[in-house]
Amino acid sequence: MAAAGAARELTQNPLQKTWEPYDNGLPAGHSAQRGVCMTNCPTLIVMVGLPARGKTYISKKLTRYLNWIGVPTKEFNVGQYRRDLVKKYKSFEFFLPDNEEGLKIRKQCALTALNDVRQYLSEENGHVAVFDATNTTRERRETIYKFGEENGYKTFFVESVCVDPEVIAANIVQVKLGSPDYVDCSNDEATEDFMKRIECYKNSYETLDETLDKDLSYIKIMDVGRSYLVNRVMDHIQSRIVYYLMNIHVTPRSIYLCRHGESELNLKGRIGGDPGLSVRGKEFAKSLAQFINEQNIKDLKVWTSQMKRTIQTAEALGVPYEQWKVLNEIDAGVCEEMTYEEIQENYPLEFALRDQDKYRYRYPKGESYEDLVQRLEPVIMELERQENVLVICHQAVMRCLLAYFLDKPAEQLPYLKCPLHTVLKLTPVAYGCKVESIFLNVEAVNTHRDKPENVGVDRSREEALRTVPNHL
Amino acid sequence: MAAAGAARELTQNPLQKTWEPYDNGLPAGHSAQRGVCMTNCPTLIVMVGLPARGKTYISKKLTRYLNWIGVPTKEFNVGQYRRDLVKKYKSFEFFLPDNEEGLKIRKQCALTALNDVRQYLSEENGHVAVFDATNTTRERRETIYKFGEENGYKTFFVESVCVDPEVIAANIVQVKLGSPDYVDCSNDEATEDFMKRIECYKNSYETLDETLDKDLSYIKIMDVGRSYLVNRVMDHIQSRIVYYLMNIHVTPRSIYLCRHGESELNLKGRIGGDPGLSVRGKEFAKSLAQFINEQNIKDLKVWTSQMKRTIQTAEALGVPYEQWKVLNEIDAGVCEEMTYEEIQENYPLEFALRDQDKYRYRYPKGESYEDLVQRLEPVIMELERQENVLVICHQAVMRCLLAYFLDKPAEQLPYLKCPLHTVLKLTPVAYGCKVESIFLNVEAVNTHRDKPENVDISRPPEDALVTVPAHQ
Repeated sequence: MAAAGAARELTQNPLQKTWEPYDNGLPAGHSAQRGVCMTNCPTLIVMVGLPARGKTYISKKLTRYLNWIGVPTKEFNVGQYRRDLVKKYKSFEFFLPDNEEGLKIRKQCALTALNDVRQYLSEENGHVAVFDATNTTRERRETIYKFGEENGYKTFFVESVCVDPEVIAANIVQVKLGSPDYVDCSNDEATEDFMKRIECYKNSYETLDETLDKDLSYIKIMDVGRSYLVNRVMDHIQSRIVYYLMNIHVTPRSIYLCRHGESELNLKGRIGGDPGLSVRGKEFAKSLAQFINEQNIKDLKVWTSQMKRTIQTAEALGVPYEQWKVLNEIDAGVCEEMTYEEIQENYPLEFALRDQDKYRYRYPKGESYEDLVQRLEPVIMELERQENVLVICHQAVMRCLLAYFLDKPAEQLPYLKCPLHTVLKLTPVAYGCKVESIFLNVEAVNTHRDKPENVGVDRSREEALRTVPNHL
Repeated sequence: MAAAGAARELTQNPLQKTWEPYDNGLPAGHSAQRGVCMTNCPTLIVMVGLPARGKTYISKKLTRYLNWIGVPTKEFNVGQYRRDLVKKYKSFEFFLPDNEEGLKIRKQCALTALNDVRQYLSEENGHVAVFDATNTTRERRETIYKFGEENGYKTFFVESVCVDPEVIAANIVQVKLGSPDYVDCSNDEATEDFMKRIECYKNSYETLDETLDKDLSYIKIMDVGRSYLVNRVMDHIQSRIVYYLMNIHVTPRSIYLCRHGESELNLKGRIGGDPGLSVRGKEFAKSLAQFINEQNIKDLKVWTSQMKRTIQTAEALGVPYEQWKVLNEIDAGVCEEMTYEEIQENYPLEFALRDQDKYRYRYPKGESYEDLVQRLEPVIMELERQENVLVICHQAVMRCLLAYFLDKPAEQLPYLKCPLHTVLKLTPVAYGCKVESIFLNVEAVNTHRDKPENVDISRPPEDALVTVPAHQ
């Protein structure tokens, strides 16, 4: 702790434009810059529940969300460890409570997985690990809790409780019939075997108890989210996890993402600004209206940004829409309304830095993709709550949203292809998202600039501009 | 619903810079612009719980939060209706279950309050009403639920359950001893009477039950937030209410708000930018360090924006601090780094519009106070979670945060006094917040510009500039 009055000098990081203290010519190791320091010590999330209660669904979704908001998270599915160890699954009998060989293997898998958890959290800078297994006995949970304590992790349990046979049957169809365990079985055989597998766990199942487990931190999710019991939330990340889990649902629906119609500035190869639609952009808006009508979508919500071009596009639909300021395009700061050629001309260093790390690069007096993700988080949260939604937004914004749904890492996010006049229809299926890309048959300029080969600050003008798409 | 293809023309609202459809020369009634349309139908929040369980504390806090984020909310305290009707409180005997006169009056008060709720939600454009009473019987709650249904409100129950005698005793000391009911009693007399008052309710208390009340939407808060039972959250606003209630706590603590030290641009009367501290600003930073040391604050967290002037100020403290981009000063868009004289010179219309509605006014290519509140919401949420925090921020940002803690409405918010070199220490007490203002004895320019008398767009420059504070 530096003595009061010995204020260190500040230097501005050229990529992210953040101010950092500067000790003896070297950056002094900056303070947390992601807003709240999410995780002081690593968090171990432990799933709890009978088979086919949605544990893996929740694990994968939560992992995807946490990574997207910038919290390094990894899931550890013990069933997968078992599949890697026992090459061929024979039958439910592996899971019988008196199958000594089975118990030995399953315990070994759990320990191997925990060891990988330890490596991820303590050696690989992971912040959150999701331990996905049934963990249905108090004894097993205590073992894991002790493991967490020994390693300095905060443990948070997520239990899914469900008795509705229809839900369980649907889960089996969605994710179990296609499992590697049942690759050689008919659907009926697989279902029958899986139901017996569930029975193997039921006798020893000890649900999280309000009295016996009163000192643990946990959320108990009941009947696919009808109700929740939340106990002893310890810190910020647990609070965010609880909020997220309470907002997700499994009702089938589709999310439609598209950009505004082609704009006057798009035509000229200029970025940002608040222009209106070009002639072709207006054509697209009409095509979009027709497409939406034909899709016959139940209770469709339509969202736009507060920029003229998305609102103009929505207007053509003739339905109510909501404007969100946080859906506005990335702020290019001093580069607003410039062409890439002009950026290269006036800010060659900035242009190169951007190519070096497009995700973290912040325009002078503007934003970065990293900033965009922060401001889009409430949109993602509300999209999770909603059912059928059409989001009419912008290139960088759409890339961020798409990366969330398709689990794309930060390095790939700024290069996702989101062309004009193309609707992406996202439909959750099994553990992921089906994507359909529909080009609405109205020509538009290409606005996608690939990462050039040479990203050095001393590159030639020509190397910098090689991947710029054509424009007027 | 307009036919597809009949896209309406858009016009830009000169105050908020939002794009609105334009029908036959008149604005066509704009679509929801606050992002998510929070409330489709009004929400009736019904508090439940024995006396001294924190119902009024929660009601007031929740009302304050919802109003701050822009959801018109009002609380209706039935005890207050009773005090208005029965001028003088005699004793707990009023609350005895067999006191016919008392029962009659109390029922009448509840009905009067519900009538006012109806007026607020159905006639006065209120979005949320908080009905603050014990509501401890299932019968009473059914009456209220029916009332909600008849009027098209969504009903959400908030129950506070607590059996810890220490908590209840502390509540009585905090908020009951000073109640108008006990103005002529000694503390002992008041406490004794109040304990008997609680007893009057206990026999007929029917807590929200997982089975009997499974179709209701509610949150049950247990032991001042150790655990929560959440059932059937129906929509966005209920989800936000649950999230808020799960993040607040009652642990005593203080929040310190201050601005960065005086900056080079402050001296010149220029707004915005990213300047460094002036000589006096650096002096202030040292004084702040000394002040903080003397206060001897346990586990103080320090937050800054990502602008150089707040970080420089924090650096002098010699303790770790976190940088939040969302704490950055309001973006003045095209007016960044101008003096008020220059704004009047270059943008006289904008300058007048700002004086007409300073809360909603958005700078061209910039932000409004209304936008600021939206982006500061995560800061407020995290401040609620935290304990002792020092927030080093900016004038407009500090006004927004202060308005939240002191429950100041939108009209007053942009004119709250937040002078340089002055720390505001906020300490929650009873139902509100104590404020101590500490000037750290280092002179600085005044940056507070009062609303001038003449806000007409046709005003002469002198009228516009008459309240501009002195500068170099």
